[in-house]
Amino acid sequence: MDTTIALILAQDGIVNGAIYALLGLALVLVFAVTRVIFIPQGEFVAFGALTLAMLVDGRTPATAWLLVLAGAAVVLMELARARRTGLWRGLPRTLLACVALPFFLLWLAPRVAGAGAPLWVNVLTALALVVPLGPMLYRVAYQPLAEASVLVLLIVSVAVHFALTGIALAFFGAEGWRTPAFVEGSVDLGFAVWSGQSLFVVGTCAALIAALWLFFGRTLYGKALRATAVNRRGARLVGISTGMSGSLTFGLAALIGALSGMLIAPVTTIYYDTGFLIGLKGFVAAIVGGLASYPAAAAGALLVGLLEAFASFWASAYKEVIVFTLIIPVLLWRSLSSRPAEDEE
Amino acid sequence: MMGRKQLCRFLLAAAAALALPAGAQVTVGVTVSSTGPAASLGIPERNTVALLPAEAGGQKIRYIVLDDATDTTQAVRNMRKLVSEDNADVVIGTSATPGSLAMVDVAAETGTPMISVAASAKIVEPVDDKRRWAFKTPQNDALMAGALAGAMARQGVRTLGFIGFADAYGDSWLQEITRAAAAKGIRIVAAEKYARTDTSVTGQVLKLVAARPDAVLVAGAGTPAALPQKELKARGYAGIYYQTHGAANNDVLRVCGKDCDGMVLPAGPLLVAAQLPDGNPVKQSALAYIAAYEQAHGAGSTNTFGGHMWDAGQLVAAAVPAALSTGARPGTAEFRAALRDALEGLRNVPASQGVFNMSPADHAGFDERSRVMVKVENGKWVYQPDL
Repeated sequence: MDTTIALILAQDGIVNGAIYALLGLALVLVFAVTRVIFIPQGEFVAFGALTLAMLVDGRTPATAWLLVLAGAAVVLMELARARRTGLWRGLPRTLLACVALPFFLLWLAPRVAGAGAPLWVNVLTALALVVPLGPMLYRVAYQPLAEASVLVLLIVSVAVHFALTGIALAFFGAEGWRTPAFVEGSVDLGFAVWSGQSLFVVGTCAALIAALWLFFGRTLYGKALRATAVNRRGARLVGISTGMSGSLTFGLAALIGALSGMLIAPVTTIYYDTGFLIGLKGFVAAIVGGLASYPAAAAGALLVGLLEAFASFWASAYKEVIVFTLIIPVLLWRSLSSRPAEDEE
Repeated sequence: MMGRKQLCRFLLAAAAALALPAGAQVTVGVTVSSTGPAASLGIPERNTVALLPAEAGGQKIRYIVLDDATDTTQAVRNMRKLVSEDNADVVIGTSATPGSLAMVDVAAETGTPMISVAASAKIVEPVDDKRRWAFKTPQNDALMAGALAGAMARQGVRTLGFIGFADAYGDSWLQEITRAAAAKGIRIVAAEKYARTDTSVTGQVLKLVAARPDAVLVAGAGTPAALPQKELKARGYAGIYYQTHGAANNDVLRVCGKDCDGMVLPAGPLLVAAQLPDGNPVKQSALAYIAAYEQAHGAGSTNTFGGHMWDAGQLVAAAVPAALSTGARPGTAEFRAALRDALEGLRNVPASQGVFNMSPADHAGFDERSRVMVKVENGKWVYQPDL
């Protein structure tokens, strides 16, 4: 192995690591705020990338119909809740978000898809189609069980993962898709040549992480999420709604997942079940961060990416084994070095 | 004129006559992997079942299709259900090798012939007490590897790099191509593995390029086969690119684009049926299948995996008349045994992927007519009679 090869591998590792970092951050966020170990995080990667691929290909992505169905489910649940509690106040907003928006997108999607629109219009449409699924998923699958134990929430996550994978297979088919590159060409950095697309991926990831940092540090909603993460009961006592935090968190997680998918779809082929493995590697990164620390999760993600790149060079048959074995020493070290966290329940 | 009573009696008799053959018709159980990792094989196979012969030897054929989700346990459960509850006379399936291997045991235990649509030679070789009941339609990997090694020798390849799936498909190919290449004096200088859902193969490709082989063989099935191809191009590899018949799929060209131009692969003749010479015995059946499939699923939708299911259907249709002529009634153990004997006795049955010649020692039945060499030129499959 010479320096050139090492540099190319490092580049590959950093690009993948950046994606794992985003997913790791989303996993930490979701767990901190809602105590859900969000296994379906990876599915949003596949949904984002494949919805974009369908739009670019000039078809109407079936995601639009899923949105209508999910919206209908939310409305039914909200109606039942309103009847039970007699609180009808939030209903107009729900109707707007879960009925009007999906139908508008259902009307919009074929018009954007057929028109040969610029790539960024397709990206925005795909995001609009996928991101609302996050909060809807929370409302349908998790909110009714918000007070349940972590284990129950984990089991729900597994079920949601299988449901979404099955839906993705029915929607997008078994074969993979790619999308056009956001940036063509390559840049000579002096010591190595980087493709424009991979620089774009790393740059966008860095920008997203900075944006998240600003969101949590400077905005009221961000602070509310942080408060919920630190102490759920305390946050409720000062008037932060758990449901609102959950919806917002899942919306962010869906946004991060879908964007990650769109970022890597030009450099690799995305299948309906690609997301699971990517999400799992993000999960390894999140574990390195103890499911609590954002910088540690990001560092863990880079470690996973680099380890993966070099393992695939030296021992490609054992690549996944090497990456996932990383969890064992990390767990050992964490369980020896830290006191068990106070359980809220 | 018929009285009312007579009319009633007539209607009753007619109803009975209509209901009766339901018990006498031939039942074909099908289990395919239309979900799970082998879904890209299982979906076209499932779609093809609807196009299979509805009648043979004057007897109606009923098809029952189940999905096994590429799960070996589920494939076995499906086979048991098809045999015990639906009284299947023959079972077709499943798409992947592990499930098919497990089904062989059930076939032998219940005395039901099965026709696998998975590729591995292990399903039918060697023909022993258990494998007496097992047949298969796809070409053996060894047959394809032999064709590939022959083409390599003709193109002057001395050293070969290999990158394949880290599963049974890749392992089997590495084994077969090592053997076939050795026979032609070709040396394998690097062997790398990758997974179907990998997002990057940069490490493996760098290692391949560093070994400087004359040619590289990518052993992947479906669209994942495009990833190493694209990465090799991106790293400027200038040798000859070979693929396996797993990549003989229009979706691969869609994902791969111009990076796949120039790649050479062995494939079933179905892929280039329209380009075959008219004298080729495969051409007619292959074109019939393509016409039927594309009428139902749109132009350009055919792929070679579905062809294996079509061929299984042709085998059943060809064997049923001989089995009926023994006097056994469908739905009985005697009929299943007769059907097995008839399948084993099939000679010169032209199908979409080749010509079947079954024998007590060979339950795959294909010869060199079941493969052609194909090259991708300008995003099209082009038949290469000289390779």
